[in-house]
Formats: sequence, C-alpha cells, structure tokens
Amino acid sequence: MIRSMIEREQVEHVATLARLKLSEEELERMAGELSGILEHVDRISELDLEGVEPTSHVIAMENVLRPDEPRPSWSRDEMLERAPDPASGAFRVPSPQA
Amino acid sequence: MDQELIELTVAEAAGRVRSGELSADEYFDAYREAAAGDSLNALLWRAEDRSQADLDGTRASQEEVDSGRPLAGIPVAVKDIFCTEGIPTTAGSRILEGYRPPYTATAVRRLRGAGARVLGKANMDEFAMGSSNENSGYGPALNPWDSGRVPGGSSGGSAAAVAGRLAPCAIGTDTGGSIRQPAALCGIVGMKPTYGAVSRYGMIAFASSLDQCGPLTRSVTDAALVLQAMEGRDPCDSTSVGIEGGIELPGREDLKGLSFGVPRELASEAEGIESGVRDVFERTVSLIEELGGEVAETELPHAPHGISAYYVLAPAEASANLARFDGVRYGLRVEADELTEMYEETRVQGFGAEVKRRIMLGTYALSSGYYEAYYGRAQRVRTKIAEDFSKAFERFDFVVTPTSPTVAFKLGERTDDPLAMYLSDYCTVPMPLAGIPAISIPAGTAQPDGGGTELPVGFQIAGPAFSDSAMLGTAHALERAIGFSRNGGSG
Repeated sequence: MIRSMIEREQVEHVATLARLKLSEEELERMAGELSGILEHVDRISELDLEGVEPTSHVIAMENVLRPDEPRPSWSRDEMLERAPDPASGAFRVPSPQA
Repeated sequence: MDQELIELTVAEAAGRVRSGELSADEYFDAYREAAAGDSLNALLWRAEDRSQADLDGTRASQEEVDSGRPLAGIPVAVKDIFCTEGIPTTAGSRILEGYRPPYTATAVRRLRGAGARVLGKANMDEFAMGSSNENSGYGPALNPWDSGRVPGGSSGGSAAAVAGRLAPCAIGTDTGGSIRQPAALCGIVGMKPTYGAVSRYGMIAFASSLDQCGPLTRSVTDAALVLQAMEGRDPCDSTSVGIEGGIELPGREDLKGLSFGVPRELASEAEGIESGVRDVFERTVSLIEELGGEVAETELPHAPHGISAYYVLAPAEASANLARFDGVRYGLRVEADELTEMYEETRVQGFGAEVKRRIMLGTYALSSGYYEAYYGRAQRVRTKIAEDFSKAFERFDFVVTPTSPTVAFKLGERTDDPLAMYLSDYCTVPMPLAGIPAISIPAGTAQPDGGGTELPVGFQIAGPAFSDSAMLGTAHALERAIGFSRNGGSG
C-alpha cells in the first residue's frame, strides 16, 4: 500500500534533490497539491500486476552501432556563444564551496 | 488581406502553386499579414519577411515551385518546442527566453525540404506540460471560437493559429494528448502518429518515451501531406523508425469492410463527459454505420488507469530531461556566490509553477523507497494498457472515443486544480502509453454543460501501431460525411 500523504519535510527533501529552491509558500502549496495527485495515482496500487513485465519503451528496438569515425562537430566558439558566462574557452560557474 | 487565399486548404493552395495559378510569395504574404494581426497570442515569433522564413538559406523560390515539391510555398506554424536555427526557441519557458538554437529540428528540416516556410513559432504550455496553454511563460493563447476560453494544450498556439486562420497548418507535439485535445477544442484536425514515425531530434524533450511530433490542420488530407513530409528514419534519433511505405494520401469515401470498437471505459462509462459531447459522439458513431462500417462495444479495462500511470511516467522522465536547465550552458542564469545555489535559484526562477510541480512529482516517484511503488508499477500498468489495445485490435480495425470529455473551458477554470486539468487528457493518454497512432477530427459543435455558445467537439480514432495511413483514410471518409464547417457546425 502506498502512502499518498506527503509531508512538508519530504517535499523539502525532494526539492533539494531536484535543485529547486522553493519558497515557504511554495513548499506548503506543493505538499497539498502533490498529495492530491498521488492520491489519484494510488489507484494503481489496487491492480494485480504480479508477473507483468514493465514497459519502458513501446516499439521493438535493437541496438544500432555505427563506425566510430571522427567527424566535424560544433565549434567551441559556437557552443560558448549562448552560455551565460563563457570564459577562457569554457563555461564558467561559481565556486562549489564559496 | 485576401480572405479567399486564407480559406484554402494546404492541398488546394499547394495545387494552385504547382499549377502556376497562385504565386507562392503572394500566398505567403497573405498569411504573414494575417499572422501580424494575431490577437490570440498564438504565435511567439513571426517571420517579418520571406527570407526569414526560409531557414538555413534554402530559400523557397520559383525553383522550388517548379520542382513541384509537395508543400512548395506553404507557410507553417511551428510549435516553439522545435529548435530553429537562429530563430528564438523558448518551449514556452522563461528559462529559454532569447535562446536561439544553433541547429534546426529534423521535422522542420524535412518540411523545409518539401518546400514549406516557417511562418511563426507557436505558443505552448511550458515544456509541453499542460492542457490549456495557460502554463505558457508568455501568456495563454486564446481560443478563436471564444477568446474567453482556452484553446487546449499543450500545442494550444498551433491549434489556435490554424483554426484562427493565422496559418494554414501547424506542427505540434503530443505526449498525453497535446495535439489531439487542442485540435478538438479549436475545431480542427490533429494527429499523433505512431511513436517513432517522426524524428524527435531538435524537439525539446519532455517525456522521451511518449513524445511524438504530428500535424494540426484544417483537413485530413492536409494532415497526411504534412506528416508525409516529416516522417522517416533519422540517424540523429535512434528511436525514429518512420512508417514503412510512407504515408499515403487518403482517398477513402466509405467505411465498408471496417470494424470499429467503442471502448465503454472511454465512452459510455466514462465520467465527466459533457452531454453535448456525448451527443456528437453518438451521432458520429451512427455516421460510421451509415458509411458501411461495423460498430460494436469493446473494453479497455486498464484505460481508466492511464492518467495515473501517465502522471508518474511523464513527470519522472521530465525530471531527468529538465535537469539540463541549470544556468551553465544556455538560457537563464541567476547569479549566486555558490554553485548549488546558482542551480537552485536559476531553476526556481526560470521554471513556472506546473513545470516545478511535475519535476517534484517525478523526482519523488523516482526517489529511493518509492521507485518500485510508483515508477515500477506505472510501467506495468503501461504494459496492461498496451495489451488491452492489442486485444481490441484483434477484433476491430479501429477504436473510437470522444477526444476531450468537454468542449473548450473558460480561462482560469481549472488552473487552481491540477488534477482537474490532468483529467482533460482522460481519453487521449492511453494511446501514447501504448505507442499507437490516433487522430482527432472535428465532429460537430455542442454547448458546454450549463449552456452557452456552441463550441467544437472532436472525435478520436485510434489504430494499431503503423496503421497511420489506413487511419487517415478512415478519418477522411468520416470527415466528408460529417461536413464540419468553421461557422456552421456540422451539417
């Protein structure tokens, strides 16, 4: 049985995992909304799914390999053009331990 | 503005352009003018001149016209989820405001190859998450039948542009109904092809195992023309397989020899279907019989669990796909002193409420301790839904349902209740879970429950995987018999 009520602390933990800094108000509202949605979703816990294979992809696929040959790709400059903070031919980010 | 040109179908216009009766440039300019007067907020970007519409330098010109390409000179509205080289591409999100991709999506390249021109980029729910277009970071698109109502979503701008005569055709994406539902609410044709028919390369990913590109048009033949140009295997998308033999243009005029199942879970026993929608549906089912088709009730026992499975699987995939928006390589960055804080601030300010909700839902469903209970079970429900369809298709050629339980609803009506919004997709979600094609055609008009102006109602036809051409043929025969018109409803 799935527990559909989701506590505020859990919401906070999930927000950290998702890298979303939610405001107090958003955390509060999210707890209520997610609980409501999960309550609906929990109906699938009533189904007997013993022995049913999970589907991750709907069409039959096989692995396709191509020759590993070097070929032209995007230029570094072109890729850096759209970056918020390009520096010295790289993507600059703030320090992870400021 | 030349209203007569604007009313032509794609097939008619392309025919006239090919025969030299109509200048491709004149036709494009008529639409450019129409699009410039967009009062529906349907388009987020509009081509200012013809050269802008001709991406990657392959200018549509007399040459193209002479070569007789199938879509020579046809303007198309492209959902803003498709990357277009040098042209703003936002996916309806503020996190991509001002982003100009370095390349063009395969689907758009193929349309260009067939002679089409990019008239504009269509408004949409942010990252295709929504059923009303109200989750756009750039304001909602409006329904051309009643600007106080939603056009549906997520491809709401595409549907509004085509129904509102701002574009002759559009492309969109469908993950749980995002082409078919807005097509139904705006009174046009919308098709979700078999999964893998069209390349997803350059289509900003929402839920990769479900996302599929398809046409929104004013006729079934137009849908076939647009799909014909786009489908096919693409080395840049390993899940693209194309349709064997390509797409045939529909010519069918009756339904003799074909059988249609009406799944009671998505029709007679479905909750929340408006009485007007039910009437139009039943009338259309009678038309199938008049055209020689055989109709009988069938069952899809797990279809009612489609919404539950979908709202685990799609957010789970989305939470992974949207991890790339972190303020490092492109798009918005909110400055902060520390790296994690920069990620968190950028994402919380760049994403809208629904996108955050889905990322949270997906992250929760995939988190330690809940994975099997949610994601694992949802994948098994997906298997059962696909098996239900396979069983139905052993007996029937097609399955038919209403497309949307209701006609277009009022702006703001469902924004405070995420679950009510999700249930808008009740009849459209099972098909992408099974990977099968489905089309919505306008079947008539009806009043919303509680009365009011008559609004369009869509009729959905679903078929087995890769039955796309046969499905279009069936839709074509039915479209003729329905005789839907923009102003007069069915007659």
